[in-house]
Amino acid sequence: MKNILQLVWLVPVLPLIGFLINGLFRKQLPKSLVSLVGCGTLLASFVVSVLLFLQVKDGHTGVISFFDFISVGDFSIPFAFQVDQLSSLFLLVITGVGFLIHVYSAAYMHSEEPPHFARYFAYLNLFVFSMLLLVLGANYVIMFIGWEGVGLCSYLLIGYWFKNVEYTNAAKKAFIMNRIGDLAFLLAIFWIIAKLGTVTYTNDAGTGVLDIISGGLAKANLSTFEITGITLLLFVGATGKSAQIPLYTWLPDAMAGPTPVSALIHAATMVTAGIYMIARSNIMYTLAPVTQTVVAVIGLATAVLAATIALKQNDIKKVLAYSTVSQLGYMFLGLGVGAYTGAVFHVMTHAFFKALLFLGAGSVIHAMHHEQDIRNMGGLRKKLPITHMTFLLGCIAIAGIPPFAGFFSKDEILAAAFGRNMIYWIVGVITAGMTAFYMFRLYATTFLGQFRGTEEQRHHLHESPAAMTIPLMVLAVLSVIGGWIGIPEVLMHNAHSLEHFLSPIFAESAKIAEGHHLDHSTEYVLMGVSVAIALVAIFVAISRYSRKPEMKEATGFGKVLANKWYVDELYNFIIIRPLNWTGRFLNSFIEKNVVDGIVNGVGRFVNYTSRQVRLVQSGQVGSYVLLMVLGMLLFFAIQFFVKK
Amino acid sequence: MKIEYYIVLSLALFCIGIVGVLTRRNAIIIFMCIELMLNAVNLLLVAFSKMHHLAGAAANPTAGIEGQLFVFFIMVVAAAEVCVGLAIIVMMYRNVHSVDVNFLNRLKH
Repeated sequence: MKNILQLVWLVPVLPLIGFLINGLFRKQLPKSLVSLVGCGTLLASFVVSVLLFLQVKDGHTGVISFFDFISVGDFSIPFAFQVDQLSSLFLLVITGVGFLIHVYSAAYMHSEEPPHFARYFAYLNLFVFSMLLLVLGANYVIMFIGWEGVGLCSYLLIGYWFKNVEYTNAAKKAFIMNRIGDLAFLLAIFWIIAKLGTVTYTNDAGTGVLDIISGGLAKANLSTFEITGITLLLFVGATGKSAQIPLYTWLPDAMAGPTPVSALIHAATMVTAGIYMIARSNIMYTLAPVTQTVVAVIGLATAVLAATIALKQNDIKKVLAYSTVSQLGYMFLGLGVGAYTGAVFHVMTHAFFKALLFLGAGSVIHAMHHEQDIRNMGGLRKKLPITHMTFLLGCIAIAGIPPFAGFFSKDEILAAAFGRNMIYWIVGVITAGMTAFYMFRLYATTFLGQFRGTEEQRHHLHESPAAMTIPLMVLAVLSVIGGWIGIPEVLMHNAHSLEHFLSPIFAESAKIAEGHHLDHSTEYVLMGVSVAIALVAIFVAISRYSRKPEMKEATGFGKVLANKWYVDELYNFIIIRPLNWTGRFLNSFIEKNVVDGIVNGVGRFVNYTSRQVRLVQSGQVGSYVLLMVLGMLLFFAIQFFVKK
Repeated sequence: MKIEYYIVLSLALFCIGIVGVLTRRNAIIIFMCIELMLNAVNLLLVAFSKMHHLAGAAANPTAGIEGQLFVFFIMVVAAAEVCVGLAIIVMMYRNVHSVDVNFLNRLKH
């Protein structure tokens, strides 16, 4: 039985092999082979993930150690993978959704030149490999390797069309913002090493970080202050990867990459890293109430802020991007109020419907010949029937209408938020209403009403090929039924199988945190209110935007929203401009005068002195002799005055 | 006689030699001045040798002999130097019909 757990190395190694093959032979391989390698390796690793999942489901978990990664004195970091409920669930999402996105990409990117096509698939595989490493690692250092890997791959993929300067700038922005978070993560790791002398999560001997911490603070020599500091630093790391305030502005800009990449970043990899990390370290957060409050408040603030921005965006991908930021805020709210299962559940359902929505958007963009402005679309319902149907299902799922997937996970988080603080719930429900509104604004403007594009675009409108529509259909099915693994107790007794599955991971936290058990009538009211608000929002959005879309530029407050609250401008003003100014000052003043002055000064001094000293070399025998005599005298003087 | 007399005489000879080397332009005179310096040193060596002999003869009959030995060495070296030096001066005269050392600064060019 243990034998299958030993095969865990196959899961990340297969995409790595795909990366190597496609990367090294990108000029030789034909496109068909490239997509076969790219998708095939991922399918294989999905199959292994399913086998692992079945093992884990039967209660077989474990840490599989491969070799010593770093070993200094009596401190060692093994290269080990942790196979347990949490990581196997993430494996399924990453490889499963990732595989569908790969298949979709094969069709979506088909017009690319062969070497670039292979480069694209190599990057995709590397991305999945890094994410798998992040999730599988049995300690914080391995997680950090994957953490950096996904940062690098997001840079490579966002800047995939590297000839466009704007796109490469977006890639740089993503990379740099992630680096800020990574620094905090790294500091947290150092802090943990300094205090606990290990980075392993758990082990049989009970000496892993989480074992020590759950074993009691006194044993760990960690004060509440220190644990709060560590968790805050980890959270800053998470805000970078998972695009929370203040490090969220890179995610909407990341739309510069190809659309399947956006789907991959937003659904299966990268942005879920922060959620995974906090869920993995849940015991630390449970013991740091201050951090929990910070996480919840930041998550909620991000959810609201991003949702308001999404209300006024006209780029089909930007709306989805801000929607992701907002949904990630929900997940952090869940983590902050201790609803770890709810957050992981939402990661999963969000992976389904957000991948679906992005791929649907990609299908629309494909049909519209790279048109992304929804004001130039409209009436695509009849021309793109499959895309339309699946997109609609995705919209309903994200809006939180039962029994679609989004309803259950969002409701679980909101119920937990209500138990912690009523204000969390009120703001959360308002955000849910906004989510429903902007999603159906997007849907109505794109698919309903009259076609508003050019004649040429109308002529070319066509449904996407099967390689694109089949992943859409699979994801649509998952978006509809994906939530049924987490039906709350109040609706069906003992039906929350995800909670049972994940309970070993969150057992220690559950012991510490006092349970907020809402009575059933309250829970029904909460659900009813959120569903009612969502339905009203959907109705308003459809009736308002299906006939007459919003064509004119926004004014007043709407303009503030359309310009994303001017956050980019604010960052530009308080960070980038002073940095640029400092750079220019250093370049024009310090560099020119001080550094160049020193360097050139040395040169000029040597030049000058050598010209003076050259005069001594006159060729006059007399002067040489004089110098010789003077030298002799000097020598005697030194001998005479400087006694040994 | 007191040793100081020898020292002063030797110093005077040496200084005359130095000044001669520094100021004169005729290569032969410079040569002679070098000989003068060598002789000043020889004189001093002999004087000190005699002084040491007088002081230590009772204990060591050969006391101070090293000084006189050095004098012989110096004379040998000086003779060799004269051979080479005079040869150079002769060649110099053959080429430029002068023994003025300032003429030699054309070697620089």
